[in-house]
Amino acid sequence: MSQKIKDASIPTIPFKARFSRWFGRNLLRIYMIFGFTYLFIPVAYTFAFSFNDSGKSNLIWKGFTLDNWKNPCGAPEVCNALGNSIKIGLLATIFSTILGTMIAFAIGRYKFKGRSSSNLLIFLPMATPEIVLGASLLSLFLVFKINPGFWPTVIAHVVFCVSFVVVTVKARIASLDPRLEQAAMDLYANELETFRKVTLPLVAPGIAGAALLAFSLSFDDFIITNFNSGTLITFPKFVYVSAARGIPAQANVIGSAMFFLALAIVIAGQLVKRKKNR
Amino acid sequence: MSFPKVRVPYLLLLPGFAFLFTFFILPIINLAQTSTQTPVAGGDTGEYEQTLAFGNYIQAFVENKEQFGRSFLYASLATIFALAIAYPLAYAIAFKAGKFKNILLVLVVAPFFTSFLLRTVAWKQILGEEGFVVPGLRSLNIIGEQTTLTSTSIAVVAGMTYNFLPFMTLPLYASLERIDPRTIEAAGDLYANGITAFRRVTVPLSMPGVVAGTLLTFIPAAGDYVNAAILGSPNTKMIGNVIESRYFKIVDYPTAAALSFTLMVAILILVTLYIRKAGTEELV
Repeated sequence: MSQKIKDASIPTIPFKARFSRWFGRNLLRIYMIFGFTYLFIPVAYTFAFSFNDSGKSNLIWKGFTLDNWKNPCGAPEVCNALGNSIKIGLLATIFSTILGTMIAFAIGRYKFKGRSSSNLLIFLPMATPEIVLGASLLSLFLVFKINPGFWPTVIAHVVFCVSFVVVTVKARIASLDPRLEQAAMDLYANELETFRKVTLPLVAPGIAGAALLAFSLSFDDFIITNFNSGTLITFPKFVYVSAARGIPAQANVIGSAMFFLALAIVIAGQLVKRKKNR
Repeated sequence: MSFPKVRVPYLLLLPGFAFLFTFFILPIINLAQTSTQTPVAGGDTGEYEQTLAFGNYIQAFVENKEQFGRSFLYASLATIFALAIAYPLAYAIAFKAGKFKNILLVLVVAPFFTSFLLRTVAWKQILGEEGFVVPGLRSLNIIGEQTTLTSTSIAVVAGMTYNFLPFMTLPLYASLERIDPRTIEAAGDLYANGITAFRRVTVPLSMPGVVAGTLLTFIPAAGDYVNAAILGSPNTKMIGNVIESRYFKIVDYPTAAALSFTLMVAILILVTLYIRKAGTEELV
């Protein structure tokens, strides 16, 4: 019977209504295709030109080669810059994750005097433009006669990563079910045991996510790095400096490899989550 | 635990806040001090002394008001475009993507992993003279022989829109995804048509995401100088470009500090007004 009603109803819908319904249903799909194409154009371009048999300047397509992928250190400056970026990224991630997680627990778990001003102090670095963070740190280093370089860059990266770690971990703490910890206490676990065996494992995915975020923020940072690194070259800095005369194709290899690596990590994370939920 | 419980949060905060005090608050104070210094008479380049020269601010602002205006104009435009592009995208992922939700969300963030600078340079090359877009448009007589797509303010704004798009999309998605679809159905039951339901129910409920997204786009965009440096020309210089060259090329620390401080205060005031107006305190 329902079939009959459906059939009967089709011709009664005016064309305009049918069109707007079709439009409503498919407009977003069409839009998504355009949106994602837009997002991926430069990524695809970077990937394609990583196979360019380009020599020094990777501006014009000269032919297909796998050499750049086989020998990503063919342009030694690229590898040197990449190594610096990874070292700085790992150190900044470790420090900012430890400091940020502690702050997140304090703010997320306790009511204390000065809690709202603590929140403000966490928000401020995120509301400060990078150039101001970078420039102000550089002037401090200059006052203390500290030369810009590796460690000043690490410190600068920790400054802007901490807030993002706090926000991410705090969100995870807020989403925990307090009954799980109460249950542990009911079963005679003391505070430390409860924290170690219940709270920390539950917050761990948030901490891992925060660490990944911190690393990618640090790895991709240019403005603050440019102010505090002196003569040290990081990967983004290398790209910026060599943009004018053309970037070696090996830089495209590194960029594309980072893309696929990050994608693999995120997808693996999703799969682990799905498996756990089952 | 042996120490009194009241102290626990403070002990947890101590290392992080000591760090932020030393490397965030102290530099800002120092920046304020530097901004009122003047060159030492007969001293070397880069030697300055404190003379409380507040005139530095006026001079810095007057000399660079054009670049200030441009920074706020470009950042506002990029924010508006990013919102216009990201809202439907986030909406589609939140409501229409079904089981592809997570995959699509990963895809929104994915371009982000190819270095921000590489992507900007890629745009420069795609839209540049040797790319395929300009000759294509020329052969179709859509643009003239003299018209270029790079080195224009349009290119800078487009680059900024592109680069900050994920910062807009993610918070929008987070707040749209939290909306209970039953509230939208309820609007329909009360004879609201699709557009009315969207306007009166979906949009107000997604406001926290709009506020967070616009802030996360506007703040870095206003201080950005990479897009202007790579995609622009000397005529599209933003305040970030000025601060950078004052620091590195001219070694004029007081002016650079005054400009940085002005930029920071201007942004903080705008952000505070905006959060008040939008009525969400969720961020702070």
